[in-house]
Amino acid sequence: MSLAYAAAGQVDEMPKQAEGTGPATVVALDALEAGTPARVFAVRGSGALARRLMEMGFVPGAPVRVIKAAPLGDPLEVRVRNYHLALRRSEAQTVSVVMSDK
Amino acid sequence: MSTILESPPQIDSPAGAGAGAGARQLVVALAGNPNAGKTSIFNALTGLRQKVANYPGVTVERKEGLWALEAEQAPARLVDLPGLYSLDAASIDEEIARDILTGRIESMPAPDVVVAVVDATNLERNLYLVTQLLDTGRPVVVALSMIDMAERSKLEVDAEGLARSLGLPVVPVTAKTRRGLEELGRAVLDAVGSRAPGPKWRLSPRAEEEVRRLYGAGASSREEALRDLYSEGLPEDPERREAVEQARARLSGADTHWWQEPLTARYRWIEEATAEAVRGARNARPSSTERIDRFVTHRLFGPVLLLLVMAVVFQAIFSWATLPMELIDSGFGALGETLRARMPAGLLTDLVVDGVIAGVGGVLVFLPQILLLFFFIALLEDSGYMSRAAFLVDRLMRGVGLHGKAFMPLLSSFACAIPGIMATRTIENPKDRLATILIAPFMSCSARLPVYTLMIAAFFTDVKLLGFVPVAVLIMLSMYLLGIVVAIVVAWVLKHTILKSPPPPLVLELPPYRVPNVVNVLYTMRSRSWLFVKRAGTVILTISILLWALMTFPRLPEQPVPDAAEGAAVQAMRETGAEARGEPAPETVEIDGADASRQARQLQQSYAGRLGHVIEPLIEPLGFDWKMGIGLIASFAAREVIVSTLSIVYNVGKQDNAESRSLIEAVRNAKRPDGTPAWTPLVAVSMMVFFVLACQCMSTVAVVRRETNSWRWPLFMVAYMLVIAYVASFVTYQGGKLLGLS
Repeated sequence: MSLAYAAAGQVDEMPKQAEGTGPATVVALDALEAGTPARVFAVRGSGALARRLMEMGFVPGAPVRVIKAAPLGDPLEVRVRNYHLALRRSEAQTVSVVMSDK
Repeated sequence: MSTILESPPQIDSPAGAGAGAGARQLVVALAGNPNAGKTSIFNALTGLRQKVANYPGVTVERKEGLWALEAEQAPARLVDLPGLYSLDAASIDEEIARDILTGRIESMPAPDVVVAVVDATNLERNLYLVTQLLDTGRPVVVALSMIDMAERSKLEVDAEGLARSLGLPVVPVTAKTRRGLEELGRAVLDAVGSRAPGPKWRLSPRAEEEVRRLYGAGASSREEALRDLYSEGLPEDPERREAVEQARARLSGADTHWWQEPLTARYRWIEEATAEAVRGARNARPSSTERIDRFVTHRLFGPVLLLLVMAVVFQAIFSWATLPMELIDSGFGALGETLRARMPAGLLTDLVVDGVIAGVGGVLVFLPQILLLFFFIALLEDSGYMSRAAFLVDRLMRGVGLHGKAFMPLLSSFACAIPGIMATRTIENPKDRLATILIAPFMSCSARLPVYTLMIAAFFTDVKLLGFVPVAVLIMLSMYLLGIVVAIVVAWVLKHTILKSPPPPLVLELPPYRVPNVVNVLYTMRSRSWLFVKRAGTVILTISILLWALMTFPRLPEQPVPDAAEGAAVQAMRETGAEARGEPAPETVEIDGADASRQARQLQQSYAGRLGHVIEPLIEPLGFDWKMGIGLIASFAAREVIVSTLSIVYNVGKQDNAESRSLIEAVRNAKRPDGTPAWTPLVAVSMMVFFVLACQCMSTVAVVRRETNSWRWPLFMVAYMLVIAYVASFVTYQGGKLLGLS
């Protein structure tokens, strides 16, 4: 089922075994379809943005999902650790996520 | 417990409990994430006993109040830290907060206790900051807020269990009902002097080893060693710097994501600590927020609603403020005239009336707009709508290199740049904020309207394009558009040159909607207006007195008091004049003819008048003569002043009404020495273009000085806007002449 989304997003690398059972798909957060539950796999980059994202709770394993896009297509409304946040697509792109098996 | 009617701040009686506190006043810092309910708790704890200022050298607001921890106790100093997600000093706010916690702020000892406000509905992210507060080694007391909201959404947070697993006192607090405030005070008193439990999260053995090694090699504490190792920068000390660089190299050799370790470790600890204390629905977001957002950020309704909100705010500052502003204006006018009548005529009276009282009035006249704008901003912020507005427009604003939050300040600037510039405080990135401040005065504010009105009334009424489009409307519209277009270009240039910075991350929280807290709204209005009056007011008053002096000195020789016969003649002249123009006896003309011409002569030979002559060669290519030059100079106090100045120069007596027939006639009939008309439609357009683009407003300059804490930016703003205005007027006038217009 998660393979259906794999085509839409850029496939990154396979998550480690600990992330779940069986093969899961890693996509960038901005490619995650709205409403699909997922978990943070990794935050790429090492600058101030990556740090801020992790401070805000984007830490490997944290539950995350995209709620919707703004009327002009950007930014995105994202739900992480049970609160909501606006992220630009360029920012969301630096977060890779694993789709939860639900 | 009454927190209002107690003694003023100077406290030298013993603060009581705690060995560490001794005889001095207790200092308590209030920390917490934005939107965690910190402001409400601060207001509930301190009541009216708070003061707002700025930290030296930066624009971070400094809020302090007195908190009676317990009855019969000397109140503690409660310092409200800026809202923070982290202490890692990515922004000025975070830097200041860390300086306060470590006692590096002048005249503010390091806090005895830190109260961390933690949102019960958003525990994990809120506790991240707490893990950092613990690192500082100060005793921490957790004030658990939003408990009522958690209960409503079936989220059970067991405060005692949480206290056990965190190893910290946890007090559930509801500011509105004052629930838990006394317990919080007691918990703080108990915590004074106690040893902080210190950090509980742990790094991997390899990283711990490096931290220990740095601690041994010069870092004064484990916390400092941690910060040295994991922050972006490097310590100044060369030895420590080298040790840190080596440690980093070793760690990154083993794992490229090495720097993420403390972040994940903190969150892992938080997850463990909250796992047992939290029961029930983990999704604590009220369903009402989901429903509201379905509409508010909807593809179609979202922007429509935003336009509506904008229209209401704009209407309010543009027109609802008019009545109180006129009352203040005429009030100070009347006060001035009363004083003039009571005091002996002379320089001192003139100084008091035309300099001081007019200056104070010039400051206070902005209050209605500032109060109204901050009423709306506080309302929109407190309810949670403001971040949705930024969410909606961020894409648009980014096109010019600005933040979504620049939107509201720029919109308000169409009414008046003063409150608009003050509203840029919500933009965290200093360069973005500065860019917004620097372009705000291009928005056509209400003070430009009298100028547009006079010019249009004199030359463009009843002119129609293609027989049906009124040119007056077209011109008015183009002036607004001109300001917007130039602002966009300037913002783009600034963001690509002197204010170049990588686009700051948006990362903007969209908090649940809340009913705005009336107390918070009122306090915001009060503190903003007080800041304006105190800081900008002094500058405005000074410049106002200076301009008065420029227009008053040197004085004309004293003139004998006109005798009764002369007075009567003048009176008759005035009446017949009025009849001849077919008007009722003009009440706006307060001064009779002889006085008007004396005023005109006085102004012409004053320093300002001479300056008008001096700058004439400069402004001639724009189509302006020296009389208009006097008007331009005077208009640097405030744009609308040019109307009353021109009426003095043109001998029609001082009047402020841009629609006055006599002034319009005078403008139409004014001649140059060679007999050609001084004003033509082309000159009028050139003048309007100049007024759109030049920064002729001392209050704006004063407020920019206040908001940027330096004279550099306001002076830069005046200079570059003047250059743009000059060039644009030059192109308008000379280009128009080339095209054969007049």
